[in-house]
Amino acid sequence: MASNEEILAGLAEIVNEETGLAPEAVEMDKSFTEDLDIDSISMMTIVVNAEEKFGVRIPDEEVKNLKTVGDAVSFISGAQAA
Amino acid sequence: MTRKVVITGLGATTPIGGDVPTMWKNALKGVSGAHTLEDDWVAKYELPVHFAARCSTPALDVLSRVEAKRMDPSTQFGVIAAREAWADSGITEVDHDRLAVAFATGIGGVWTLLDAWDTLKEKGPRRVLPMTVPMLMPNGVAAAVSLDLGARAGAHTPVSACASGTEALHLGLDLIRSGKADVVMCGGAEAAIHPMPLAAFSSMQALSRRNDDPEHASRPYDLGRDGFVMGEGAGALVLEAEEHALARGARIYAELAGTSVTSDSYHITAPDPQGLGATRALKAAMFDGRIQAEDVVHVNAHATSTPVGDKPEYTALRAALGSHVDNVAVSATKSQMGHLLGASGAVEAVLTVLAVYERKAPLTINLENQDPEIPLDVVTSSRALPAGDIVALSNSFGFGGHNAVIAVRSV
Repeated sequence: MASNEEILAGLAEIVNEETGLAPEAVEMDKSFTEDLDIDSISMMTIVVNAEEKFGVRIPDEEVKNLKTVGDAVSFISGAQAA
Repeated sequence: MTRKVVITGLGATTPIGGDVPTMWKNALKGVSGAHTLEDDWVAKYELPVHFAARCSTPALDVLSRVEAKRMDPSTQFGVIAAREAWADSGITEVDHDRLAVAFATGIGGVWTLLDAWDTLKEKGPRRVLPMTVPMLMPNGVAAAVSLDLGARAGAHTPVSACASGTEALHLGLDLIRSGKADVVMCGGAEAAIHPMPLAAFSSMQALSRRNDDPEHASRPYDLGRDGFVMGEGAGALVLEAEEHALARGARIYAELAGTSVTSDSYHITAPDPQGLGATRALKAAMFDGRIQAEDVVHVNAHATSTPVGDKPEYTALRAALGSHVDNVAVSATKSQMGHLLGASGAVEAVLTVLAVYERKAPLTINLENQDPEIPLDVVTSSRALPAGDIVALSNSFGFGGHNAVIAVRSV
């Protein structure tokens, strides 16, 4: 199981790979769409890559609830604990 | 009065140069872009052909990694060529609602399609990424170029196998003449050096198997020709209504004087041995441009180096130009860069425009024993084209019986 810091760092790496955004721009309170300008296609790619990296399943209907980076970190952390 | 259409920007990425100046320098020197493939899949699938003509500058040397990730390799090449052509045109302001795209491909996103299929089989549907569809669709390149330029007067994708790139120019000319656009980014892009297309074209006996000597494998008009060499890349041309170009004081390379498209309705892959469809295309393009046979000084031939394909084109040229064909300098540039399929017509159009503008014909390499049944005046050493008003033609023919011809006139 990864700590929240580790999940954040892993997500930042995935976001950087997909969008070119600097990893340090990926902060807990940032909105994927509003702040990071990530479109739905990139978001789905990030979700699938996160599933593989963290060994969890993020259902499609859950993705719309992941508004901020922090939402995603909490979900992944919870899914790993489950 | 028909609107006159001129060419004001050129771009290309090819096996003999990653931009137009490099390609043109090499085309006049005579080099081969064909090399042995080092990929492990050549041996893995026991491909009968071990070589191809890859782009001399990899797309990832030009595009950012993030940008490239969202494009099939064919679209990457198309965007690179279109950006060069746009910069070359010097257009700084344009009415985006009057700017169109006609960007062709023969096959489309074949790498994306087959990679996604491999992913599905190996990792399941969840790992098939959402960008797969926009990357594999054949209109992907036209759409990407339209997005890149802000072109909002329509983005079209002519698909007619190896005639596609030339058909894009035919469409572009029509869009401007009919008043639907003032500027059109035309071109063609292809990236099919993948084991499956190589296997499929091999099955048709279309590819040269000169595995021990790739540089000499593409040899149009030579008695020893045994098939074409698979190439890849893109070409792009900015077409512009003459009054639009004059109003901004543009550098004008040449006039796109006439174009045509015909279909053989003879056989799905074999060319009509009498070249009737090609003859009609040549005559129609000349009629369209009000061109007499005597005006034509240069032809960039389709000439792929297949045993059956090169001769009907000669028959057609003689039928269309009569005895004047003996006075025409013919270049078979696929001898240098291989066959770029749906991009070939666009790249050869760039070469044809430069030939008219610079008054120099590009070289045909590897012609050692010219087929006596094809007695054309083939350009094998430096050749200047005459001064004065001149016209050059470029032919493209595609599986399916597609024939497309453009006529380029000096200005």
